[in-house]
Amino acid sequence: MSASLETPIPGPNGRPIRPFVMPQSLAGKIGVWRHIILRRLVQTGVLLLFLGTAHWGWSLAGQPILVGNLSSSELLGVIPMADPFAVAQMLLTQHALVSKVLVGAGIVLLLYGMLGGRVWCSWVCPINMVTDLAGWLRIRLGIHDMFRLSRNIRYSVLALALLLSALTGVAAFEWVSPISMLHRELIFGLGLGWTAVLGVFLFDLLVLKHGWCGHLCPLGAFYALVGRLAPVRVRFDTPTCTHCGECARVCPEPQVLNLRQAANAGMITSGECSNCGRCITVCPEDTLHFDLRHRIHPAE
Amino acid sequence: MRDTIIPRREFLTRIGQGAALAATGGLIWSYLLREQAHAMPTGIRPPAALAESDFNAMCIKCGQCVRACPYNTLKLATVGEAVPVGTPYFIPRKIPCYMCVDIPCKAACPTGALDPGLTDINESRMGLAVIDIENCLSWQGLRCEICHRVCPVQNKAITVEHHPRRLSKHAMFVPVVHSDFCTGCGLCEAACPTDEAAIRVLPPKLVEGKIGEHYRLGWTVDTPVTQDFKPQGRPTARPGARQRPGGLDYLNEGEL
Repeated sequence: MSASLETPIPGPNGRPIRPFVMPQSLAGKIGVWRHIILRRLVQTGVLLLFLGTAHWGWSLAGQPILVGNLSSSELLGVIPMADPFAVAQMLLTQHALVSKVLVGAGIVLLLYGMLGGRVWCSWVCPINMVTDLAGWLRIRLGIHDMFRLSRNIRYSVLALALLLSALTGVAAFEWVSPISMLHRELIFGLGLGWTAVLGVFLFDLLVLKHGWCGHLCPLGAFYALVGRLAPVRVRFDTPTCTHCGECARVCPEPQVLNLRQAANAGMITSGECSNCGRCITVCPEDTLHFDLRHRIHPAE
Repeated sequence: MRDTIIPRREFLTRIGQGAALAATGGLIWSYLLREQAHAMPTGIRPPAALAESDFNAMCIKCGQCVRACPYNTLKLATVGEAVPVGTPYFIPRKIPCYMCVDIPCKAACPTGALDPGLTDINESRMGLAVIDIENCLSWQGLRCEICHRVCPVQNKAITVEHHPRRLSKHAMFVPVVHSDFCTGCGLCEAACPTDEAAIRVLPPKLVEGKIGEHYRLGWTVDTPVTQDFKPQGRPTARPGARQRPGGLDYLNEGEL
């Protein structure tokens, strides 16, 4: 570590590789943590809006603010929203749904189709706080993976969820989802759903790094497919990158930081990128930024 | 981009491993689902709820019905309860359904698991009241009839009938439930003054029997008196098949 500090090795563009250094000042630290702070604010804010409307009667202009939960809800008494993956599973059980939930699923699909599908994962999903905590702890405790698992297994779980929905006649993932359980029980009263959440936490902490969100969760897989062509992307500026690898070290989905692909496209193209923004703030060369797809023109 | 070539044998093995993993996972997963979906829930569903299997398929577990209920009657099942997890139900003994005429829970349902077609709350069938006559005060000869008085489908769902008392010339006045009218709202169960409710609401499927079509209640007004009853769904003799004698007569066939 210290050797590389003293004698910098040049990167592919000839510039010396500099490691990321956490700023000493509080303002600097907040700058590095800005996305994580914002994400926690959005996550808890969404939860609080549901909670406040359900328990303390929060309303705006006479309309309840946000009724329901993340499976299906109504914003300000007019805008329906619904989990499109849950709706897809329910449609596969061959039941005709009312148009309200279909419109709601369409609205949510459109929203995440614009922002990046897995923006759901890192900015809204309540399980993210649980798995992020597990991920943070396992680094502090120096815990190694028990085994390796393909990150593509989540797409198999996704296919299985759809197949089982058609076969069993109930929405297969919705019925066992620790995400829905956590959110539902936070809003409508606690039961034993926390045991499923504890399971996810321990799996991520002790068994496999980013085990749930990065390997198994079919909802994440669904949104990875949804967000493939999303306008909001992480831009990658080839000339400044020294291949120091700091971004991949903090990324929960490091396979998306394929720098050859990123150089070609000028951005992170994979739908598995959750736009969490970790890489942006740790990059010592200021190579990564949030940007819009149509504004990105890869350098020749 | 692939720079390694996988030998055929290993490729086939990997396909086999993947399939086996998916099959095992899928089996365990489906057991879990079936266990939940096919358990006979004892919880009472909100008014307008579809038949249990349709309801389970269509309920998205969002809890909008729970919030819409002005009496806080409804609750979402949590893990470990006798009702499929996340679905709404209520416990009539705690808070019954007060049968709002505008059925706000149904109006709030985004999926149609609470049937939008139900417009008359009196047509809802959340459950069916059942009386434990060994513990019902009226059936012991006391004048209670509280269930009859609180019943919102007054004098139809619960009627008071008289019933002879063994050692007294005074009759007993006993409540009787009529399934044609009982909505299963549970007001009776909530109001029942015994320590444990002697009248309680259960899902109709757990209570209702079925007479069978071959019984002819000829003395009732609405049963047509006919002699040509043929049960449906029974195999009839093929045309042209040789008619065999009925009963035990065939034992003696050919002996006379």
